[in-house]
Order: sequence, then C-alpha cells, then structure tokens
Amino acid sequence: MIALLARDLRLAVRAGGGFGLGLAFFLIVTVLVPFGVGPETELLARIAPGILWIGALLACLLSLDRILALDWEDGSLDLLATAPLPLEALVSLKALAHWITTGLPLVLVAPALGVLLSLPAEGYLWILVSLALGTPALSVIGTFGAALTVGIKRGGLLLSLLVLPLYVPTLIFGAEAARRGAEGFSTATPLALLAGITFGTIALLPFASAAVLRINLR
Amino acid sequence: MLLSVHDLAVARGGVPVLEGLSFALAPGEALILRGPNGSGKTTLLRTVAGLQPPLAGRIDAASDAIAYAAHADGLKATLTVTENLTFWARVFGTGDIAPALAAFALEDLADRPAGALSAGQKRRLGLARLLVTGRPVWALDEPTVSLDTAAVGLFADAVRAHLARGGAALIATHIDLGLEARHFDVAVCKASPRAAAEDEAFL
Repeated sequence: MIALLARDLRLAVRAGGGFGLGLAFFLIVTVLVPFGVGPETELLARIAPGILWIGALLACLLSLDRILALDWEDGSLDLLATAPLPLEALVSLKALAHWITTGLPLVLVAPALGVLLSLPAEGYLWILVSLALGTPALSVIGTFGAALTVGIKRGGLLLSLLVLPLYVPTLIFGAEAARRGAEGFSTATPLALLAGITFGTIALLPFASAAVLRINLR
Repeated sequence: MLLSVHDLAVARGGVPVLEGLSFALAPGEALILRGPNGSGKTTLLRTVAGLQPPLAGRIDAASDAIAYAAHADGLKATLTVTENLTFWARVFGTGDIAPALAAFALEDLADRPAGALSAGQKRRLGLARLLVTGRPVWALDEPTVSLDTAAVGLFADAVRAHLARGGAALIATHIDLGLEARHFDVAVCKASPRAAAEDEAFL
C-alpha cells in the first residue's frame, strides 16, 4: 500500500506530473479577483473567505481527471485490480495521494493569499482550519467522480459536471466556517458539519468508488 | 490443479462470445490459446484474471494465483526501469527484482526512464513484471507483440523456467513459441448465433 502512495507522489513531482498545477491556478484566481471587483479593501475582506474556498475547489477540480485516467490509459489500473490490493484501498490511496499533492499545498498557501484579498487577521487561522478539514472531502468525492468516468476518453468536462454539485455542501460549510471566523463569530457549528461531511465521505465513498470502478473495468 | 475452468461462458459488452469452455492447468503445464482476431481470447483471459464476471460456469483458482499481462504494459514513462519493477515487486510483496531484470536482459537499461525505451524493450519490462509477482499462473495476452526473435527466445526461456518451478501458463498468441504445450482453439467454443457479427470490433 505504501508502495502505491509512494509511486503516485513520485509521479506527481516528476515531469508532467501536475504537482503545483493546482497551486498555480489557485494563486492566479486569487490574484485576478481584486482586478475584477476593484481594490476596495472592505469589499475584498468580506468576500475573501468565499473566494479562497471557490479557488481551492476549482484548483482541486483541475487535477481530478489524473487520479485514475492515467493509470487506465497505460493499463496499470487493470494490473492493479488483479494485484493483492482491494480496490477500496486502491481508491482511498489514490484520494490520499491527490490530497497530499493538491489539497495540502492549497491549505498551506491559503493564509498567504488571504493577504492579497485583505482577509482580516483573525481569518487566517480559520481559512487554514476549514480548508484543512474540508479539502480531504474534495479529494475523496473527486476520486468517486474519477472512478465513474474512468473509461471515457476526454471525460474531464463530464467529471467536472458530475462532481461540482457534490462539492456544494463542503463549500457551503467550509466557506461559512471561514467567514464566521474572519468576522469573529463562533465557528463550531459549520466546522462540526464540515467534519461530518469529510469523515462521512472518507468512511463511505471508497466503497462506492470501488464498486463503480469494478463495473468500469469490465 | 492450479486453475480449472468448467463450462465457462464469457461475454464482452453483454454479448456472449465464448461458451462451453472447459480446461485445467496442472503445475508445469502451459496452454496456448489460438483463434482468429476477435474470437474472444482477450475476453477469456480477462475473465480468468477476475477483471470481469463470467456469464456462466465456474473458474476454480486460488484468489492470489493469477498474474495477468495485458496488451498494455502498465509502465510509467517518467519512472526508470528499476522504479517501475520495484513498484510492482512491492505491490505483490516480493523482494528481489534482479532475477527479473536478468531474465529479460534489462540490466543495461535499469536506470533508463521507461518512456525512453523502444516498444520491444517496454514489452520486455512488462513481461519482467510477471516474475516479480511470484504468482503461479500466468495469463498472458499476446505477450510477444513487438518482440524480436532474441527477445521471444528470452520470453520462451522465462516461461519454461516458470513451468519447471511448478507454475502454469495460459497464453494467447499467434506465433510458435517452441514450448511443450497443449494448444486450444477457442473458435470451437464460439457462442451461439446471437453472439455473432455486429459487436466484433469490441472483442
């Protein structure tokens, strides 16, 4: 199992692996927003948590079609399916590798990008916490979408259409927690719901992903 | 018996392709599958490997008995030959990749990225993976595609050594490997009319 995770991480940082792609996209989206809405710090400060969350979500979406499609194309998914590794473990590891290469860097740079959007100082901690708690759900749900579309050539757009509606609850509670934190209110309720979504998807979705993958491999 | 198949029917995309297949492989035995393009050899091998459920019949084999090798080698272009092979060895929980590199004359290419290999060299690396799986039954789909005569010889030697160790092999191929093996023409098990014609492109 460690071998698969290590391979995916190594592939991500090698040429064409896509590591940093999501990060760069996140950076550009965040930098573009002040150009679009104007330089009023008050307005920016108010929309900053939402912008950071949407940016992180889209950056996450960008790399979803690499999770399984690359392994499908070169045949290693067939070979992995016949290896002594349950498909449930395979999809969980794929989601974990995706989170480490995409979600985690987003979490870490989000407070720095908050500066560009004049996010209030109290908000730095909460954007970090809400993203850290929410991005694993994005990777797990995304892996489910990737499993659904694995046999489809150029299935990236279909994947986005399938996955974005599923991201809505995570976005609502994640952005709400960050917004409340930035405005100095209690964040307990949205964070608890966000944690519920994340742990629920981690516990249940790998089984669904493995089931659809089994059908798609036929 | 390492693998026995009773009255198996297989389907591709819901269309029955072959039916009434029965054969068994004892340790040291190889079975060569013959049949024209589209006759269902790949579908049979994928079913035996457990990638798709059989339409009818039974496949008896230990769950960790079969090592499958498909048309695609499952190589990562940016990993080196050693890294590719080590990955599979770790997935299958076996250790040493040196014998597998030696068996397919890959030692000189060990540090080359797989993406920089020729088609035949990639195939040799894909076949070397079989040796690091440590599994007794090899299910091979056209293993000799893009191999030159010398490499086909290496492959035949590897299969012979595998059989001598008590393994078994199920090989779909169009060329003569020079193995002591039974031949089985899948065309005689072609499924009844409804299976015919239209969907052959998918077989």
